Amino acid sequence: MAEHILPKRTYYTIFAILMFCTYLTWQVAYFDLGPFNTVAALAIAVFKATLVVLFFMHVRYSTRLTWAVVVGGVFWLGILLVLTMSDYLTRGWIPQR
Amino acid sequence: MLPEAVPHRASAALAHQFDTAGQQKEAATLGMWVFLVTEILFFGGLFATYLVYRNWYPEAFTTGSREMLVWAGTTNTFVLITSSLTMALAVHAAQLGQRRLLMFFLVVTMALGCVFLGIKGFEYYTEYLEHHVPGFGLPFHAEQSQHEQIFFSLYFMMTGIHALHMIIGLGIMSTMLWWSYRGIITTEYTNPIEVSGLYWHFVDIVWIFLFPLLYLIGRHVHG
Repeated sequence: MAEHILPKRTYYTIFAILMFCTYLTWQVAYFDLGPFNTVAALAIAVFKATLVVLFFMHVRYSTRLTWAVVVGGVFWLGILLVLTMSDYLTRGWIPQR
Repeated sequence: MLPEAVPHRASAALAHQFDTAGQQKEAATLGMWVFLVTEILFFGGLFATYLVYRNWYPEAFTTGSREMLVWAGTTNTFVLITSSLTMALAVHAAQLGQRRLLMFFLVVTMALGCVFLGIKGFEYYTEYLEHHVPGFGLPFHAEQSQHEQIFFSLYFMMTGIHALHMIIGLGIMSTMLWWSYRGIITTEYTNPIEVSGLYWHFVDIVWIFLFPLLYLIGRHVHG
């Protein structure tokens, strides 16, 4: 298997985007967007994490099996968070007796 | 002068249970990712706890997060992302067989890791002085409600375990530096550097989520 060596330029580009996004998430936090403050912060964090996984961690150039493990891990994290919150967030829906 | 590269048994750096270097590399990458998935779910449990309590006590989390040193958290985010870049460049140097450059980038990565831990330590000390450490019979100063103790408990738990991962990462990088110096890392055998890099980047990703959730959630509330 020929090793995929990324040009340094790719790393510098990703680094610049990550730095800008950090600045962005820090500045956006000072504006009152209501519930969208958290949404914006998490959206930027997910975007940054995706860039790190795809380029710094080379998953974009990895085998399908690696892809499956990575996606599987994130999917299971989703199950953990969604099913937990589907309980806690809906408790108020049933009137207290 | 660096020591000579260590000559490998038979076909360079290929362990006997593998057919090709590609297969060996895939096994190493896959193994590391399986470990990282367990780490995702390990931290996931803490993030789930955070979600549940933040949902119950949103005001306590807002006021608690306003007590964080936001300059420290932001600086540390920049520091960690820079260390991820130098880690990626270390892997790049290893792939090209540039040993001195590889060692240089490993040292820079470790130095940035130490800067991160130094700033983190300074924050912990500040929080100790401001009576924001819950438990241990210490006096706790709440801005509005004692529920802020829950926020600070989670803050110390999450950043503490993250810092522990950084310390382990520094240990791994020291080993990688030694292996690079000894000439164990060659263009045929970069797997240790690459999977160590995966670990380092993972720790960076955890911080990418911790930073907004702990430091920034209360910033938009004025007064």
